[in-house]
Amino acid sequence: MSVSQETIETVAGLEKYKHGFVTDIEQEFAPKGLNADIVRFISEKKGEPEWMLEWRLAAFERWLAMEEPTWAKVDYTPVDYQDLHYYAAPRTKAKPKSLDEIDPEILATYEKLGIPLKEQMVLAGVEGAPKYAVDAVFDSVSVVTTFREELAKSGVIFMSMSEALREHPELVKKYLGSVVPVSDNYFAALNSAVFSDGSFVYIPPGVRCPMELSTYFRINAENTGQFERTLIIADKGAYVSYLEGCTAPMRDENQLHAAVVELVALEDAEIKYSTVQNWWPGDPVTGKGGIYNFVTKRADCRGDRSKVSWTQVETGSAVTWKYPSCILKGEGSVGEFYSIAITNGRQQADTGTKMIHLGANTRSRIIAKGVSAGKSVSTYRGLVSAHPKAKGARNFTQCDSLLIGKECAAHTVPYVEARNGSAQFEHEATTTRLSEDQLFYAMQRGLSQEEAVQLLVNGFVREVLQELPMEFAVEAQKLVAISLEGSVG
Amino acid sequence: MLKIDNLQVSVADKPILKGLSLDVPAGEVHAVMGPNGAGKSTLGYTLAGRNGYEVTAGTASLNGEDLLALEPNERAAKGLFLSFQYPLEIPGVPALTFVRTALNAQRKARGEGEVSAPEFLKLVKQKAKELRIDFDMLKRPLNVGFSGGEKKRMEVLQMALLEPKLLILDETDSGLDIDALRIVSEGVNALRAPDRSMLVITHYQRLLDYIRPDKVHVLAAGRIVASGGPELALELERTGYDRYAAEAA
Repeated sequence: MSVSQETIETVAGLEKYKHGFVTDIEQEFAPKGLNADIVRFISEKKGEPEWMLEWRLAAFERWLAMEEPTWAKVDYTPVDYQDLHYYAAPRTKAKPKSLDEIDPEILATYEKLGIPLKEQMVLAGVEGAPKYAVDAVFDSVSVVTTFREELAKSGVIFMSMSEALREHPELVKKYLGSVVPVSDNYFAALNSAVFSDGSFVYIPPGVRCPMELSTYFRINAENTGQFERTLIIADKGAYVSYLEGCTAPMRDENQLHAAVVELVALEDAEIKYSTVQNWWPGDPVTGKGGIYNFVTKRADCRGDRSKVSWTQVETGSAVTWKYPSCILKGEGSVGEFYSIAITNGRQQADTGTKMIHLGANTRSRIIAKGVSAGKSVSTYRGLVSAHPKAKGARNFTQCDSLLIGKECAAHTVPYVEARNGSAQFEHEATTTRLSEDQLFYAMQRGLSQEEAVQLLVNGFVREVLQELPMEFAVEAQKLVAISLEGSVG
Repeated sequence: MLKIDNLQVSVADKPILKGLSLDVPAGEVHAVMGPNGAGKSTLGYTLAGRNGYEVTAGTASLNGEDLLALEPNERAAKGLFLSFQYPLEIPGVPALTFVRTALNAQRKARGEGEVSAPEFLKLVKQKAKELRIDFDMLKRPLNVGFSGGEKKRMEVLQMALLEPKLLILDETDSGLDIDALRIVSEGVNALRAPDRSMLVITHYQRLLDYIRPDKVHVLAAGRIVASGGPELALELERTGYDRYAAEAA
């Protein structure tokens, strides 16, 4: 079956947001509000070493002195940081040793989401799919990480951040905050103070990670912020492909998600990081509820000839503020950013990337596809810069926006700075409205209006979909279709 | 097969078709000729159900079924195929995907099962060969960067795969050189069948040397002003449309 045909059929059988259910389990919360005691509470809950607590407290101090950024083209009710829980966890003792010890409600949740927590299961029921290791983060904690033993055989460390702090403190200490410093920005400082869990990955020198790694983030609890922290290190000559997925229940209140992701690629290492973000976008008509997705993602291409690719499919969240970036330090290092940002209803997305060329002969490539429908607003914001030492730096940027209907908007804000004469930067941008002619042509051949829109949009974003691991490309294609349901009326 | 009675159509409140009547029985090929601005393309778009073509009076039916009440895709599923004068480019969607999606959408609308991938591929390969379309071209996004001739051959390939009951060819010869015209016409002629009708809309007689019509109608100022056999087309080639245009005005 062709993928687009499958998309159409799958969509026909789906509700609009199938992840919007709430899991009813007993949870343990930190009291609402944020102060030094809450930071201590979180650190203690996790049994962290003293240096980690100090690091957090220092971050908290910095955060207090900072102001929330307002430059993004998004408009939202301000977050009351004292009215949130900063820690919510299913009520269990220690981390369960096997699946049998996990609350069945949580298992059922992941099953419903199509996430395989049993190692014999395959992802999303895709037959013949390769093995995927999954770290499942439920609100503030990681509930299970699969395939750990098998991965350990090749020396790959894949575990939750809390466990990494206990089992590999020297690695965490060495790299944590080395890409995104505590004081980098308001949300990064907040995250540094209160982050609860996330994934930790270390690929030893020369190892090609034998399977795809993924983390699945689920926000369940009410009035709770999710602050995850992910750290991936690919040592010399290592390779890893990592994927994150995100969903949340439909709630009327906004929920805050402020994550920090740090990637470190040493000499000749390669990291491929893909995101399929499907947080609850809020009510399409009233705009009520939905996730505030304020995320800092950055990769440090530290080693020569290292390479990092960001691929993101952003369909959810009420408000998105996110710029996965690459610092191209190593000579000849390569950064890539492939993005699909789809907004519908009342969604607002301000997203893009930064490619900072520091080393000689560094190269970067940006392909950003924005699709706006309904009354949504989508902004691409990008920075490409070449520093004096980045001789021969090259960038190619292509930004395409597709508008569906008459009430949406798309903006492109590219910043380009070349501080040496040998840098070559190319920028292409287009904005088009979904063409009536194309729609009619497809409908004349038998496609319904909805099917025609899906086919055309999938065609528009195809270049980026192709960058995703195969199983996720199918998943993402479905998401694209679902997100745009009812966008043409 | 196709019955049009007193069809009146406005575009942006401007009347274009002003009482057009036409019958195309099953198995026949009819040509509609006329000067620029007579309403030839409007006729094709109206029958296919394009937005903005407002029917103010009259009827049009296909095998007794009211066409005008249907959505464009429903008309397609009933067997109406409009070959575009300028086929659209569909970026990012491989031709194969496009046609297969269309075919299955039509089959689904008719309550028929899907065509399996191997079955479909076999069919496509055979038809593509007949139309001298390189199979690799079908893996490329539909019509993107295709020449005029390639686009028209893709249209014929789609006809051959979708097997419509009524084929409307809108200025199919435009932008074609002689060789391409011959290939396209052969493809169309191969689709002639007792249960299939064709409406060939054209400005020039040239196309009718290749696709021979059973009847020729002259469309001028929104009406059929003359009908006859193939000889009418030859006469028009000699005398031009001026006479009819003057009569209709």
